[in-house]
Amino acid sequence: MSHSERLPFKNPVVEWVDQRLPVFTLLQREYGAFPTPRNFNYFWNFGAIALFMLATMIASGLFLAMHYKPSATEAFTSVERIMRDVNFGWLIRYIHMNGASFFFIAVYIHIFRGLYYGSYKKPRELLWMLGVTILFLMMATAFLGYVLPWGQMSFWGATVITNFFSAIPVVGQSVVTWLWGGFAVGDQTLNRFFALHFLLPFVIFGVVFLHVAALHITGSNNPLGIDPKGPQDTITFHPYYTVKDVFGLLVFLILFSAFVFFNPNALGHPDNYIPANPLSTPAHIVPEWYFLPFYAILRAFTIDIGIPFTDIVLISSKLGGVILMFGAVAILFVVPWLDRSPVRSAVFRPIYKVLMWVLLADCLLLGYVGSQPPEGINVVLGQIATFWYFLHFLVILPLLPRFEKTLPLPASISQAVLAKQATEAKGQTA
Amino acid sequence: MTKIAIFSALAVIMTGPALAAGTVLEPHPPTTFKDGWPQQGLNGTFDRAALQRGFQVYKQVCSSCHSMNLLAYRNLTALGFSDDEVKAIAAGYTVKDGPNDEGEMFERAARPSDHFVKPFPNEQAARAANNGALPPDLSLMIKARHHGENYVYSLLTGYKEPPADMKMGVGMNYNPYFPGGQIAMAAPLSEGVVTYADGTTASVDQMAQDVVQFLSWAAEPHLEDRKQTGIKVILFLATFATIMYLVKRKIWAQLH
Repeated sequence: MSHSERLPFKNPVVEWVDQRLPVFTLLQREYGAFPTPRNFNYFWNFGAIALFMLATMIASGLFLAMHYKPSATEAFTSVERIMRDVNFGWLIRYIHMNGASFFFIAVYIHIFRGLYYGSYKKPRELLWMLGVTILFLMMATAFLGYVLPWGQMSFWGATVITNFFSAIPVVGQSVVTWLWGGFAVGDQTLNRFFALHFLLPFVIFGVVFLHVAALHITGSNNPLGIDPKGPQDTITFHPYYTVKDVFGLLVFLILFSAFVFFNPNALGHPDNYIPANPLSTPAHIVPEWYFLPFYAILRAFTIDIGIPFTDIVLISSKLGGVILMFGAVAILFVVPWLDRSPVRSAVFRPIYKVLMWVLLADCLLLGYVGSQPPEGINVVLGQIATFWYFLHFLVILPLLPRFEKTLPLPASISQAVLAKQATEAKGQTA
Repeated sequence: MTKIAIFSALAVIMTGPALAAGTVLEPHPPTTFKDGWPQQGLNGTFDRAALQRGFQVYKQVCSSCHSMNLLAYRNLTALGFSDDEVKAIAAGYTVKDGPNDEGEMFERAARPSDHFVKPFPNEQAARAANNGALPPDLSLMIKARHHGENYVYSLLTGYKEPPADMKMGVGMNYNPYFPGGQIAMAAPLSEGVVTYADGTTASVDQMAQDVVQFLSWAAEPHLEDRKQTGIKVILFLATFATIMYLVKRKIWAQLH
């Protein structure tokens, strides 16, 4: 941070500004010259992609807010007015609607990458926890936003989710009334949800800033999970990773566009094109796809836990489900301390590597169960998958390092990269 | 909507054992469009002639019970009607306007800027006229049901005699594509119920196809614009991505 280290810029305007406020020096240091491990794979694109999606959501959301009316009688028609009469309103709305899904896709891949390559381990624990905070805020924002079109799923989703809080012993019902601003989900609920939905993205932006700031203190992890040992292990962020991030982002945007322009309602639910009706409950209330695994965990808890031989219920099935559901995200906060292995990357942890893919399959199974009515085999499947989810974090992560024989780590990143290039070159000549 | 939902729920409960006979069938497309409706696919467009015929079916049959509140007469220019034709169509309806300078409400002929005139002034009137059932608004019907076009087409052409073991509610009609099999709406289409201006034979199948295409346009009026923009956007992104890939290769080559 020392001012004496500041190198002068050639452009006189840039130089004039930089002498007074060294933003260009900051950019140069944190993005121009920033030393970054040379061995990133394409999983490392998703942080930049997620940031781009956040900006996209804020920009498109701002234009929607200019035309949207947060009133129980006008919300649905105001959204349809955006779709029909506002210039490019259909585009802005479909970008925002599908943008939420693609933001979650990017963030889920980003989180999976972090788990797979041990990016949460010392010294990046706080960086990781800030990330989990972002996930929590995103989930809240997405839920609030889904309520705004005031369709059937909006209304009933809001009713179901806010009712979770009634599971809190003693004060539950009061909390729910307080959240609703009345005795049912209604106009006043929609008003406050709109206000909060507008606010939270900026809070997310603030936490993202801290997340990135923390990243620039510790530096990035990499697929080998070993620290760079010198300049031969790193390259400057620009131009190597700026160009790679732009390429990855464009590929991601092609997929995003395929949904926005050719199947914009595929990830939504038809019932949300029916105006909210408090008198008619949809046959199956399902959340958006990105909440389905958590919805399955919520419904996996089916018994009341009480004091044996009495009627006293300590944890009702509802409260148990809510605890499990919030716990499923909250558990990520303590992953840096649950995982005792000194080796970061799954590349050198043969058992952990397999278990990571099992965990992914488990989450997909939970997602499927969440989309189905809670009947028959689905209940049992959901319970097994929930059990495995918590087993992975609470038992496997702490105990696995005792049994797992990790593979030898390479001496340095550059050595591993050069060795890989040598074998590839050999393969080409052969 | 409520009533229909309750009716269908009741129908499911009451006819539980009989459902084997009245199983809900999977919606299907008309044989003409078994590979997809004209508006579907990457560069699908609406068939303007079918939209105009479909509008005629809506106007002469459906609109006696079903509103389309989200549409205005001006939107009909997208069907290929001229401004004068749209003015004439609107002028066929009367809307209540006002208050005028004397503070009186008055009736006048509808203008293109007016929204489609509703068949009933309110929900209660609609229910009173329909045996307690509420005919849903059709503006978004295609997007508000699973299987969209295929569902509405199958429903319109799917009326049958109820199976012998099925107990039908009073005033209910059997339709195996409707959840629960019992629907308050009687079969709305019958051979020749409209006479098409373009000479197309108004079979039930033809009318169902046409009105479904009209409803599909009504639910997603910017569909063509969306797809055509999408092709340009994806071509742009693909070109940009290819260039960036080559740039990336060139820049990274310096490292090796």
